[in-house]
Amino acid sequence: MDKVIIAKDLSLAYSSSETIINKVNFSIDSGSFVFITGASGSGKSTLLKSLYGALKPKHGSLVVGSVELRGVSRSRLNFLRRHIGIVFQDYKLVKEWSIDKNIMLPLLINGYVKSVANNQVDKLLKHVRLNHQSGKFPLELSGGEQQRVAMARALAHNPVLILADEPTGNLDEYSSQLIWNLLEGANSQLNTTVIVVTHNIPKNLNVDYKHFHIEYGSIHEVC
Amino acid sequence: MRSVKNHFSLVIALLSILFSMQVFLIAERSIEAYKVNLAQNYSVIAVSKKQLEIDEILEINNIISDAKELSPDSVIERLSSDMRSANVELLKLTMPKFYKLSLTHYPTPDEVKNLKSDLLKSSSIKKVEDFSHTHDTTYKLLLLFKNVVTLFAIVVLIVTILLIIKELRIWQYKHNERMSIMGLFGAALWLRSAVLFRLAIVDALIAGFLAFGIFVYLSSSPWVLEQFDTIGINIVIFNQVDDFLLILGVAMSISILLASLIVLGHKEEV
Ligand SMILES: Nc1ncnc2c1ncn2[C@@H]1O[C@H](COP(=O)(O)OP(=O)(O)O)[C@@H](O)[C@H]1O
Ligand SMILES: [Mg+2]
Repeated sequence: MDKVIIAKDLSLAYSSSETIINKVNFSIDSGSFVFITGASGSGKSTLLKSLYGALKPKHGSLVVGSVELRGVSRSRLNFLRRHIGIVFQDYKLVKEWSIDKNIMLPLLINGYVKSVANNQVDKLLKHVRLNHQSGKFPLELSGGEQQRVAMARALAHNPVLILADEPTGNLDEYSSQLIWNLLEGANSQLNTTVIVVTHNIPKNLNVDYKHFHIEYGSIHEVC
Repeated sequence: MRSVKNHFSLVIALLSILFSMQVFLIAERSIEAYKVNLAQNYSVIAVSKKQLEIDEILEINNIISDAKELSPDSVIERLSSDMRSANVELLKLTMPKFYKLSLTHYPTPDEVKNLKSDLLKSSSIKKVEDFSHTHDTTYKLLLLFKNVVTLFAIVVLIVTILLIIKELRIWQYKHNERMSIMGLFGAALWLRSAVLFRLAIVDALIAGFLAFGIFVYLSSSPWVLEQFDTIGINIVIFNQVDDFLLILGVAMSISILLASLIVLGHKEEV
């Protein structure tokens, strides 16, 4: 099976402070659904940051989609990121843009034709049940609604890899279920690799998944 | 409303730079025009014991643009009423010749000194009147005016640069988040900075055209024209092509420089 991520002796640290992830080895198959759990402050977000190249490996090697992230060039990194959809823990929506434009961002970056992009945004707004909020700005929406906008943006360009950091963290039952359905759909229908950091793995998931747990700087596979 | 506020502060800062720059240009032009005026009214008198050719005088120093022999007739006429005509003729021959020298431009005090010594080197010229006292006073006044204008321009420049640096900080803060987020989805540098550069260029255009409007209005305002008329100079207050291009160029350069500084100073958060 193709590997979408291969980490060898990977160590992660923020500049000059203590090591957060210490010499870990793991790999993730292309098309798989992966959960990452761990106590808060254990380094889950830190690991995700390294996967999209925001935090460079301190030691070892990290290959994502055939791109070695240790000492990666900016243009290579941009290329990689255009194929990844990220849901950030703090959403990271552009406040001065309407939610439609926020969702359109990856499409704009990937050079989609305007009309195609518009259609895609309309479709996604329906998928996350926000079509009635079209044209509004992020701060005019509730936290759960912003989270769904972030989800729609991560799915917009049909990425090969989705990284989601506690995507249901602050959500009610309804919104959470919506998010799980979307991630499941992307994984089963488009064979998108999905990596989700979460505190509670949903019980009623219809796909096979892998589960990694982070503790004391190391990662081990639970199942 | 939001977009008006986005543009307002940079446009004002740019406008004040453009305004002081143009005022400085106008002052420079006024001084030059005034110097031409002064040069036309200023002349040096040389007294020679024998008749000199005009060409001969012109060769002495190339600041001399023209030389005219002053006719002694008026003086002699007053004396001649009680003189025999033979004596008058004799007087005419023995009297020194007076030459009024016009100059190509309004000279500096050094140029006046050089001219005087050059003239006196000529064997026939015995005396030179350069009216140096009046000249010096006028020249110093002119210099003072020029320095005051330069000082004014520098002060405005410093104040606006401070204003722009403050604006730069606000922009940096405002644009940083969006640029970071775009970067996280793989936007190339040009795409991340596109909004910023578009804003900078639009602001430069707004400031440029506002300045154009202001100076077109001022250069046709009766009050302004009257002021220049009073001093007796006639200058181009605002050249609608050259000056406008200069203004637009300066506004563009400043705001593009500003945007580039922000792009270079952009740091991605971890
Ligand atoms: N930008 C940062 N700079 C320095 N240290 C950080 C930064 N972000 C997180 N950390 C530290 O790294 C550790 C792991 O954080 P994080 O990966 O966010 O944990 P979590 O598993 O809750 O997502 C924590 O001790 C946190 O204080
Ligand atoms: Mg976290």
